[in-house]
Amino acid sequence: MTEPSSDLIAENLACRRGERMIFTGVSFRLPVGGALVLMGTNGSGKTSLLRILATLLPPAAGSLLWGSASIEADLTGYRARLRYVGHHDAVKPGMTPRETLAFSAALQGLSWRLAQRLANAALATLALEGVADWPCRWLSAGQRRRLALARLLTAPALIWLLDEPTTALDHESRQRFETAIVAHRANGGRVAVASHQAIDIADATTITLDAFTPPPRFAVC
Amino acid sequence: MLSVAAFIGLFRRDLRLAVRQGGDTGLILGFFVLAVILFPFGVGPEPALLQRIGAGIVWVAALLAALLSLDRLFEADYQDGELDHLALSSLPLELAVLAKCAAHWVATGLPLALISPFLALLVDLDPHVIGIVFSSLLIGTPALSLIGSVAAALALGARRQGVVLSILVLPLYVPPLIFGAGAAEAGATGAGARAYLLILGALSLAALAFCPWASAAALRQALE
Repeated sequence: MTEPSSDLIAENLACRRGERMIFTGVSFRLPVGGALVLMGTNGSGKTSLLRILATLLPPAAGSLLWGSASIEADLTGYRARLRYVGHHDAVKPGMTPRETLAFSAALQGLSWRLAQRLANAALATLALEGVADWPCRWLSAGQRRRLALARLLTAPALIWLLDEPTTALDHESRQRFETAIVAHRANGGRVAVASHQAIDIADATTITLDAFTPPPRFAVC
Repeated sequence: MLSVAAFIGLFRRDLRLAVRQGGDTGLILGFFVLAVILFPFGVGPEPALLQRIGAGIVWVAALLAALLSLDRLFEADYQDGELDHLALSSLPLELAVLAKCAAHWVATGLPLALISPFLALLVDLDPHVIGIVFSSLLIGTPALSLIGSVAAALALGARRQGVVLSILVLPLYVPPLIFGAGAAEAGATGAGARAYLLILGALSLAALAFCPWASAAALRQALE
């Protein structure tokens, strides 16, 4: 694949759900250390755009480029560079946080021993050590969210794609997580965040998706 | 190399979840036992009749029990978003399906095969036929898990998922059933079960080669 330091470029992305175009003509550039904040009302396509960036959803039009090459040229390499945290927490009630994170690291191909170490570090960063060996069914909504975010730290990746990351987080956890984002960007990481509430990320490019909603093709009388 | 650690990690996790929610395996075994016990009530307790249809009963009951367990193969991961992570992980989705099917087989197909000799005793099968029923289930249940994974992936997100799943998967279970029950029949009449068992093995291997691709394609569709 091309250089890790290349920009991630979106050109005229469009998204269709059924018969309806959700947005058209979304373009941006996400350089090393860059941040993208997606704003918009409910249903304006924030989640869809993140899923397009995560390659989980093909765009209806437009293209994603890594530097000058399309990401299709090396899909596996691109996927290895990103971590996606959707609005579901992907937490299994029957597993403990420590096991969840170790599994998450193993899924990225890390050895068992290394996975354990990274899991412990991630638990510490998001202050989950106290509940690390509880079954996840006992966790509160905020703790589950923190566990979902801790997966970002179990295997280093260049791009974080975050869908409403701070939902259910208390003030202190939110600050802790914002610090993690700053550290991630300082190490050359990039981040794209979808949020309907203002989030404190310095020097972020903000895209308000409502502006890209095409007019309906047929006027309703 | 990357994929090996991820494959083992996923297999271990699924097995661990199956053990922790031990009720699932227990329920499926309970269903298997009850379904076999019901038949003598329906067709009468005459040993000669039971001996003749016994292997078929055990196979049909095992098949229905396997069907019951399919809905939890992908559903939990689909609902809680884990499937997104699987699709983006270093493990190709086809191998992820294979790891999940392997864990599913260890948690359901294998226990079904292991208790089948006791149920075969209940329907008064000959000792050597019991051996054939046991080996046919051991060889055939991997095909049930693998074929079932395709249907489970296709049924994701459907309303009335259980019904959709049954309708999709039962016709596909006919070939393993024919050769599984046929093996015992052939063993009982002295015709030799070897050919049937070999074909059953071939079905399992064909499912191994084909089903992970089909399931992965269906899962990608479900994620869009």
